[in-house]
Amino acid sequence: MKEQLIKTIADMNEEEALKLAQAMLDAGEDPQTVLDAGKEAMTLVGERYEHKEFFLPELIIAGDMLKAIGDLVKPKLLAQAAQSEPLGKVVLGTVAGDIHDLGKDIVGFMLDVNNFEVVDLGVDVAAEKFVRAIQDAKPDVVGLSGFLTLAFDQMKVTVEAIKEAGLRDRVKIMIGGAIMDDTAAQYVGADAYGPDATAAVKLAKSWTGGK
Amino acid sequence: MSEKSPAELYAERVKRVLDVAALRVPDRVPVFGPYQLYPYTFAGVTFVDAMNDYALAREACHKFQDYFQPDLDFGPILAYPAPAMELLDIKWFKWPGHGLDDNTMYQYIESENMTADEYDEFVYDPSHFLMAKWLPRSFPPLQGLAGWPAVRTFMWFGWTGGFVGLASPDVQQALRNAAAAGEELGRWFASIGQYAGEMVAKGTPQLYAAFDWPPFDIIGDTLRGTRQILADMRRRPDKLHAALEVATRIFVEYGSGAAGAELPLCWIWMHKGTRNFMSDAQFKEFYWPYLRQGMLALIDKGIIPVVYCEADVESRLEDFADVPPGKVIYHVSTTDMVKAKAVLGGIAAIAGNVPNVILLSGTPDDVREYCQKLIDTAGKDGGFIMDAAVMLDEARPENLKAMIDFTKEYGVYR
Repeated sequence: MKEQLIKTIADMNEEEALKLAQAMLDAGEDPQTVLDAGKEAMTLVGERYEHKEFFLPELIIAGDMLKAIGDLVKPKLLAQAAQSEPLGKVVLGTVAGDIHDLGKDIVGFMLDVNNFEVVDLGVDVAAEKFVRAIQDAKPDVVGLSGFLTLAFDQMKVTVEAIKEAGLRDRVKIMIGGAIMDDTAAQYVGADAYGPDATAAVKLAKSWTGGK
Repeated sequence: MSEKSPAELYAERVKRVLDVAALRVPDRVPVFGPYQLYPYTFAGVTFVDAMNDYALAREACHKFQDYFQPDLDFGPILAYPAPAMELLDIKWFKWPGHGLDDNTMYQYIESENMTADEYDEFVYDPSHFLMAKWLPRSFPPLQGLAGWPAVRTFMWFGWTGGFVGLASPDVQQALRNAAAAGEELGRWFASIGQYAGEMVAKGTPQLYAAFDWPPFDIIGDTLRGTRQILADMRRRPDKLHAALEVATRIFVEYGSGAAGAELPLCWIWMHKGTRNFMSDAQFKEFYWPYLRQGMLALIDKGIIPVVYCEADVESRLEDFADVPPGKVIYHVSTTDMVKAKAVLGGIAAIAGNVPNVILLSGTPDDVREYCQKLIDTAGKDGGFIMDAAVMLDEARPENLKAMIDFTKEYGVYR
């Protein structure tokens, strides 16, 4: 049944997937197996996204399915299942003055299902808040998001604040947003620009690969 | 240029843009006034002041126009009227002085103002849905309109039961609040009109004769919300299609305001049709056919649709090419202009796309180098308008000046 659940989720059959997950739990299946199926389905979804078969609608629906399945499973998870060691930690936020969250949320979700620990600082995040989060959470990667042209300068300010706090060497910084590009990454002093959520996952993996 | 009268300048600029749109080679590449709130940055006026003091906003736009002299001008219409927004307490925006710093660009906030099970209601009677559901949800001072009677039921004896609904104190208060906002908007539009007249007197035509939004975005922006409409393409495609048909008729209404204008540009703000939001197949099913159908109706009225894309649209170019030649202008943001020209050349004019990051952080030489490439490639044999990739809120003045002056000099067709 697990294989069937994986396929159902990856094929975006929302209602069927929830029914199937419930049936598995009712039949006494290990709740962890149900959760694992969700994760494995997301690998397929990620591949299809990368191959441009899937776009935001499918990521949004997959996110909703995973959440709904998580809600079904939670009461049955008697003990906290041992989580596999995360690949790394990413601090994520939309820079000060900018309140767009859709792109950032999708990146956060994709990092999460790819086994990264994500600290999401939300939107309109001041440079000092990024600095504090880096000090507290000690991430490997910092992701700066921004949709508006004001984000160019705010990202620059943020990277400079990270530098001034003596933390620049400890983190890799990636940026994303509709009008961002490699020139922008260079201007703001980031390590890389990623055009979409899978690019963000790839960057984060490339930087934490040795761990 | 200084020896030409304003009337001559005006006629020359109108002709230049009409030529480009029609794919006739113009005298030179036209250059747009590519801004949102940049004039205020340039004039040292904070965004909060620009949105509250209409005279100050006009003054700043004059300063911008006098100094940079682009061919066409937006004017203060994109400095939204904060006093009216305050009166309506508009829920799907934050703006300077209302949730944002005094000098931060106003921004749209996602919200769901039509639920998934309200599609049928919208399709049945969009006006009543907007009156009784969308207005109260969007503007808290208009909450009383939730009790607004459906005018479609006023016929025959229905008027008795209909008008009695207006006796409700909540409805009456909402109408008073709406009227106050209307009066404020009257002052704002008077200011916009005054400015446009002053610009004509200086020889500068307006960049827009109407604003419009693609049918998909009409449903997706302030009704369903981005996440919801994107998922609706899979969850309830039939309901969405029915709503998009209604939205296409609304699209034509919005844009028809440009009919009969000397420069009948209908500026279409394309939001969710760009690169990352949906697949090509979804674009071809839900986005493009309705936008295309609406644009054809506008073209029939002599209107020139200007599709302003907010991000890369390379994968949409083949679809964009399916329009009658010489009738549409595509403003293609960060899309590769050589590819855009290759696909759209001979079909539609393209506008753009000096990267905003270069205007902000580069040198005038960087700008000139980029513009030269654009004119040599995208500008070959006409069909091209110089502009920033996306609308400006900030830039180094010397860079913007370099973009405009260089285009006037190097962009001449011989």
